[in-house]
Amino acid sequence: MMRRFTLIAIPYLWLLALFLVPFVIVFKISLSDVALARPPYTPHFDWAAGIWAFLSELDFENFVWLTQDDLYWKAYLSSLKIAVISTLLTLLVGYPMAYAMARAPQEWRATLMMLVILPFWTSFLIRVYAWMGILSNEGFLNQFLLWTGIISEPLTILNTNTAVYIGIVYTYLPFMILPIYAALERLDESLIEAAEDLGCSRLSAFWLVTIPLSKTGIIAGCFLVFIPVLGEFVIPSLLGGSDTLMIGKVLWEEFFSNRDWPVASAVAVVLLLLLIIPIVLFQRNQQKQQEAEQ
Amino acid sequence: MKRMSWFNTVSLTLGFAFLYVPMLILVIYSFNESKLVTVWAGFSTKWYGELMQNEAFLSAAWVTIKVAVISSTIATVLGTMAAYVLVRGGRFMGRTLFSGMIYAPLVMPEVITGLSLLLLFIGIGLDRGVLTIVLAHTTFSMCYVSVVVSSRLVTFDRSLEEAALDLGCSPSEAFRLVTLPIIAPAVISGWLLAFTLSLDDLVIASFTSGPAATTLPIKIYSAVRLGVSPEINALSTLMIAIVTIGVLTASLVNKRQIVRQQREEKEAGRN
Repeated sequence: MMRRFTLIAIPYLWLLALFLVPFVIVFKISLSDVALARPPYTPHFDWAAGIWAFLSELDFENFVWLTQDDLYWKAYLSSLKIAVISTLLTLLVGYPMAYAMARAPQEWRATLMMLVILPFWTSFLIRVYAWMGILSNEGFLNQFLLWTGIISEPLTILNTNTAVYIGIVYTYLPFMILPIYAALERLDESLIEAAEDLGCSRLSAFWLVTIPLSKTGIIAGCFLVFIPVLGEFVIPSLLGGSDTLMIGKVLWEEFFSNRDWPVASAVAVVLLLLLIIPIVLFQRNQQKQQEAEQ
Repeated sequence: MKRMSWFNTVSLTLGFAFLYVPMLILVIYSFNESKLVTVWAGFSTKWYGELMQNEAFLSAAWVTIKVAVISSTIATVLGTMAAYVLVRGGRFMGRTLFSGMIYAPLVMPEVITGLSLLLLFIGIGLDRGVLTIVLAHTTFSMCYVSVVVSSRLVTFDRSLEEAALDLGCSPSEAFRLVTLPIIAPAVISGWLLAFTLSLDDLVIASFTSGPAATTLPIKIYSAVRLGVSPEINALSTLMIAIVTIGVLTASLVNKRQIVRQQREEKEAGRN
C-alpha cells in the first residue's frame, strides 16, 4: 500500500510543483502592478489574506490594458490568421504526400515513413535557419529565379509573412502527414473500387469515399499544426519581419525587452484561454478515433 | 504489385525535395571556402576547424549535453512511473487532474511554459543556471515519455504480470523481471525522445537559464539573428549528421529485432 502511494505521489508532486503551481503564479502576476524593482511587479494580494480578500481585490487592469492597446488585439488576430492559413497550406502539401505514401508499394512504406520522421528529429532551429539562406535577397531562390530569367529583380521574401508561411509548412509537415497517413493506410481499397463500379468517377470516388474516411486523420493533423503554431516564437522571429505580429513574439518582447511581467503574464493567460477550445476539440476527436478502433 | 500513378510519384518527389533540399544546401555550403554563404568559392573544411576553436560554442555544447543527459534520465524514470500509475494504478483521488497534467504540457505553447517556470524559480529564489534548465526540461519531457510508455503498457498482456505474482514474485520483482523487459523498447525510445527535445529546446531554456549557463540553441539563436554564417552551417551539418546516424542505427536495430522475433515465432510454431 505504502509502495503504491509513493509510486503515485512522486510524479504527482513533481507535476503539481513544476506545472500547476507555476500557472497559478502566472495568473497571480497577471493581476499585479508593474514596478521598477526586482522582481518588477507588486502583487495585488497576498496568500495569507484568504480567499475573500483575494476576490475583493481582483484587479483586471492588465487585461483592460490588453483590450485598449491595439497591438495586442492585432497580435491575437494575426496569430489566428497565420495559424489558420498555414494549417490549410500544410494540409494542401501534406495530404497528397500522405495519400501517395499510403498507395506506395508495401516494401517502400517503412522507408518513406522514416524519411518523413527524420527531419522531425533534426533541430527545429536549424531547419528554420536553413530557410534564411534560401529566402534572402541574395539567397538561393532568388539566384535560381534570376538565372532562369523568370524574374529580373530579386524578390523580397525573407522578413515577410510569406517566409513565415513557408517556414511553418516546412517544419510542421510531419505532424500533418503522419495522422493522415495512418488513416489512409487503414482504408479498405475495395470501398473505392465499389464506388467506381457503381458509376463514380475517380475524382468523385475520392471526394465521396476517401476524404470522409480519412476525416479523423485530417482533423488530428490540423490540430497538431494549429495548436503549436498559435504560440510559435522561433519562426516569426527569424523569418518574419517587423510587421509580422504573432502573440508568442509579443509575449517574448514584453518579457525580455520591455520587462513588463504583469502584461506578459496577462498575454499568456489570454493565449491559454484561446487555446482551450482547439485543445478540447482535439481531445474529443482523438477519443472518437479510439472508440472507433475498439 | 500495382505501379504508382503519375500523380502520386510527382507529389512524393516534390514533397521530399521540399523536405530535404534546404538541409542539403546547408550541408553543401558548410564546405564552402568563402565567408559569403551564397557564393561558392571552392571546397574547404576550414569552418569546421574554426568551430573547434570556438570556446563559446564548445562550452555551450557541453552544457547542452549535460542538461540533456540528466533531464532525460530523470524524465524517463518519472515518466515511466506516471505511465504505470495511469495504466495500472486503478482509481485514486485526483486521477483526472493527474492525467490532465500529463497531457497538457504536450500542447502548451513553449512561451507559456517557459514564462511560468521562470516566475516560479524567481518566486522561490532559485538562481537560474543548469539546475533550473534541468528541472524545466524534465517537467515537459516526462510527459512525452509517459505517453510513449503508456501506449506500450496498454497493449501488453496483463496476465503475464499476474502469473509472476502467482508464482511468488513480489510486486517490485514482477515489475523488474517481467514488465520492464517487455516495455524496455518503449522506455528507450522515450529516453531518446526526451534527450532530443532537450537538445533542441530554445524557448524554455531561454526563460529558465541564467548568465552562468548558456545552451547551444541559445547560442545558435543569437548568432543566427545577425544573419547566415558558414560556422553555423558547419555546426548544423554536424548536428544533422549525428541525428541521421542515430535514427538510422535505431531503425536498423529495431528491424533486426522484429525479423529475429518473427523467426523465433516461426520456429516455435514448427516445434
